[in-house]
Amino acid sequence: MEPILEVENLSVRIAGLHILQGVSFTVAPTGVTVLLGRNGVGKTTTLRAIVGLTPRGGEVRGAIRMGAQSLLARPTHRLVRGGLGYVPEDRCVFAGLTVAENLRLAERRGTTPAYDKVYALFPELDRRGRQRAGSLSGGQQQMLAIGRVLLNDNRLLLVDEPTKGLAPKVVTEVAEVLERVAESVPVLLVEQNLAVVRRLARGAVVLAAGQVAWAGDAQRLLLETALTKSLLGVGSAEGHAPAASGGPAGGKDGH
Amino acid sequence: MDTIVLLTLTGLGLAALYFLVASGLSLVFGLADVLNFAHGLFLGVGAYATWWAAGNLPGAGGDGFGFLLAVAFGVAAGTLVAVLVELVLIRPLYSRTIEQVLVTVGLSLAGVALLQATWGADARPFPRPDWTRQVTGVLGAQVPNGGLLLIIAAVVVLGAILAFLRWTRYGLVIRAGVENREMVTALGIDVRKAFTLVFAIGGAAAALAGALGGVYFGTVSPGQGGSLLIFAFIVVVIGGMGSVVGSAYAAVAVGLLQQFVNYYGTSGLGDICVVALLAVVLLLRPQGIAGKVATA
Repeated sequence: MEPILEVENLSVRIAGLHILQGVSFTVAPTGVTVLLGRNGVGKTTTLRAIVGLTPRGGEVRGAIRMGAQSLLARPTHRLVRGGLGYVPEDRCVFAGLTVAENLRLAERRGTTPAYDKVYALFPELDRRGRQRAGSLSGGQQQMLAIGRVLLNDNRLLLVDEPTKGLAPKVVTEVAEVLERVAESVPVLLVEQNLAVVRRLARGAVVLAAGQVAWAGDAQRLLLETALTKSLLGVGSAEGHAPAASGGPAGGKDGH
Repeated sequence: MDTIVLLTLTGLGLAALYFLVASGLSLVFGLADVLNFAHGLFLGVGAYATWWAAGNLPGAGGDGFGFLLAVAFGVAAGTLVAVLVELVLIRPLYSRTIEQVLVTVGLSLAGVALLQATWGADARPFPRPDWTRQVTGVLGAQVPNGGLLLIIAAVVVLGAILAFLRWTRYGLVIRAGVENREMVTALGIDVRKAFTLVFAIGGAAAALAGALGGVYFGTVSPGQGGSLLIFAFIVVVIGGMGSVVGSAYAAVAVGLLQQFVNYYGTSGLGDICVVALLAVVLLLRPQGIAGKVATA
């Protein structure tokens, strides 16, 4: 099967830091491909480069293709309208707007927003339509962030650490939702929670120091404890990949 | 008592003028992160275009419907200039703050020079309806109608902007963009259209301030926009970048403070007190009265 996304020799330099150094990988056209790695290796930078959100002044080289279409240098809003859904790290809901307004913002002219689908996945959003998004719990905000993207048809979803900072019960709920979503649209997922990875991921790409250190079957990676430990610094039986002390990419992976 | 009423209403008139300039400035900064030093130019264009239209535009004049037409022409001219400034000069410079400041400062200076070269440096009498020269008795005070007109206009503009932000699709985009512009684009929205729109709204409000400021002061001069812009910036900072309601509160505070202190103290002391108020707000609440939100 042809991959839905091809990233080839992607390099990103921001404020003099060479964060990604020739990253190449593909995303399968179905299911969840997970992007793994310790903190600061460039996972978020990779996702943001794909969706065209590298900060002004940042330098992006290489090639990113979705099907026959090159994504590099295209404005973010066009990429998103072209079917690239993006759920950022830390949710980024509009705190001053209501839940309904957050959803309404994602509506697009000429298409029918899939409120039925979103409310079926997240009934809570329907009930809390008039509540300010800033007053929602972390889990509810995450559901809003995912729901907002699911209002429209997507060819690929980029989801950045959706379970970060959430209670275990909510983590399970979010994982269930992503599992259902991935039945109809491929997902490139950045995730630190290995239990979630085990449940969802088919393919895995592991980044280390701004480069691809390993790529292949996610379940095989998790079965090989020694490999997991060497790549992520944690045994596959454990919950989270730990924070690194900082590699050559430097700084926090939040660009 | 009548002095207090008079000072309050004339202070509110001044506040209305500040608000009309500051509301657009605040939205532009809140959404687009552009510190627009050329905003005073939109006021100057509005004032001069109204003045010119009253004497030259068929159907326009200094009274009745003719005056309304002249003001409409002035507002349209200010809006057009604001849109052109955004499209031609600001758009290539988003996220390049220093270049933006240089361009907008240069444009404001060039704009004043252009107005001077065209119509001279001296203040010119502004055409205005007779009733705006008269006064209305309010609680024993004789209040100039020009000031009352400014207050009414500012309240209408405030209501219109809030309704626009609250009830329209673009208003929603602007409110969201003031919070997190990047996330708006990540939802598939071309936020640059909203930038142009806030420039247009700001230009229209400033041009209206120019036209009604001409009525209030009775004259129009090339440097009028620049001198009002200084206080408008203070209002924006005190009110909170991006907050229209915050700008309204701050404009009232600044206008009243200036008017009362200038009357009961010495002339000019009110301006110093306004700067002191700015310093106090920056020390105690750096995000301003309302913080960075497009509505209160």
